[in-house]
Amino acid sequence: MMERPLTQNIRPGRPPLDLAGYRLTGGYETLRAKLGRVDPADLIATVTDSGLGGCGGGGFPTGRKWQAMPPRATRPGPRYFIVNADEMEPGTFKDRLLLEGDPHQLLEGILLSAYAAQANIAYIFIRGEYTRAIELLTQAITEAEHAGLLGANILGSGYNLALHLHTGAGRYICGEETALLNSLEGKRAIPRAKPPLPQISGLFGCPTVVNNVETVCNIPHIIRHGAAWYKALGRNGAAGTKIFGVSGRVNRPGAYELPMGTPMNEMILEQAGGMSNGHKLRAVLPGGASTGFLLAEQLDTPMSFAGMAATGNRLGTGTAIVLDDATCPVAFIGNLQKFFARESCGWCAPCRDGLPWVAATLNAIETGVGRDEDLELLEEMTESLGPGRTFCALAPGAMASLQTGLRYFAEDFRRHITEKSCAWR
Amino acid sequence: MSTANAPLSAAEHAAIAELVAHAPTPRAACIDALKFIQSSRRYVADEVLPEIAAALGMSAAELDEVATFYNLIFRKLVGENVILLCDSITCWMLGSEKLAAQITDRLRIQFGETSSDKKFTLLPIVCLGACDHAPALMLGGTLHGDVTPARLDALLETP
Repeated sequence: MMERPLTQNIRPGRPPLDLAGYRLTGGYETLRAKLGRVDPADLIATVTDSGLGGCGGGGFPTGRKWQAMPPRATRPGPRYFIVNADEMEPGTFKDRLLLEGDPHQLLEGILLSAYAAQANIAYIFIRGEYTRAIELLTQAITEAEHAGLLGANILGSGYNLALHLHTGAGRYICGEETALLNSLEGKRAIPRAKPPLPQISGLFGCPTVVNNVETVCNIPHIIRHGAAWYKALGRNGAAGTKIFGVSGRVNRPGAYELPMGTPMNEMILEQAGGMSNGHKLRAVLPGGASTGFLLAEQLDTPMSFAGMAATGNRLGTGTAIVLDDATCPVAFIGNLQKFFARESCGWCAPCRDGLPWVAATLNAIETGVGRDEDLELLEEMTESLGPGRTFCALAPGAMASLQTGLRYFAEDFRRHITEKSCAWR
Repeated sequence: MSTANAPLSAAEHAAIAELVAHAPTPRAACIDALKFIQSSRRYVADEVLPEIAAALGMSAAELDEVATFYNLIFRKLVGENVILLCDSITCWMLGSEKLAAQITDRLRIQFGETSSDKKFTLLPIVCLGACDHAPALMLGGTLHGDVTPARLDALLETP
């Protein structure tokens, strides 16, 4: 039987476990065993050893992120632990499952993570549209507060943690960790220059760690069972499990917890039940709108941060979007670029002015008024909006699908221009 | 519903003061304050913005900068029911443009517009995290997935 620690308590169509139910599964026992009894540095070491990477899409080692927090002795004063629950990456619906399915798992993860980072103030930054998750989290936080699991001297450990739930007012860019900090400070959500890292100068200039929902939900299991157990859950050299997903024209679109490193085609065939109604798969975006295309013949690639990097791509959020033969690839990329153009925060000129230009050019090609030189222009844009030209990863992320799409669907692009029409319309 | 451009009531002032009291800095409460004002007035009118700003210790320009940035803070009158129609990739592939056309046909509104009876406003929204139930939309704060033309008609009938 495959172990599924992240979703073990989640029953589709049923409300999540309340505090009593969560405790019956052994919930908060790890917290009781560790809080005030172990050195926070030991927890960081376990998480570092586990190989857990940031599940918001970056894959950066979580333990190393925590290690960058300055020691308490050298930096007294407030420090913050923040959960990024601003899930807005197109095609991504994994954090919603965890937020609505097992809110106490997240709270236990926050408590252990904040203790490890020696933070006494925590925030959950959740998008305002996640109304059901907000309701369930509010209930869970109230239960935890009444049971002495949040607040002062938690479980008699001497450790204090205040947890606040902040609901957003929109804008994709809030999911970028430094833009998120600006938003929490009551400012426009524009990214900050790094360095300094948030661990050195984060919320209100204080040491701050920002972690994704799924990352935090892994923590109780890693601390409870150890790094070796966690590593053994993965396949093809990867560690742990991950919430993957498939959307598009497949038989069973959904989110599934699978070993990290599971090959993409296995998920599409076995979990998603293959393509629906005789449609043919042309390519897949492996993890949201900011990842590049993976062609049908590359689908044996293991879904892990390293596995996808080996193909020059990124795992991203791990929720795959399928491009099928009934969908025009130019229009598909056009939709993605329109999204990025709209959601650019406007702080950097290449992103603010470049993305609308890209979107308009793609629209011209798709509607049959494109010119040959447009393809060169788009190619140039993938350079000038690529990594290193902007404060954050929004524009470089947008270029991933454009760059791979121009290469993989070159024939489709050319036909739109020569035939002055779209074969899918 | 209070008139959107009327001065803040004593109760509204008290509510903002409460938000400020619980925030690390007064300014950190500004998004919550804007959302609170909007919850009863439907939108944040230009006329009241300077008064909200003053209650937060901000200049009107500073608050306006925030209020114009976030897409769920409305700066002009919206209908009783705001339709947030997902137009991101999976919903687009699986029929969101047809749903938008159906809404335009039925209510005579395009994206960004409010119906003449002030019952509905139609807005595009980024991925709602319901791609396994595409196409999806939110109506009055409730998520609806697997929206077919028939279901959309029913939703617009009895919001």
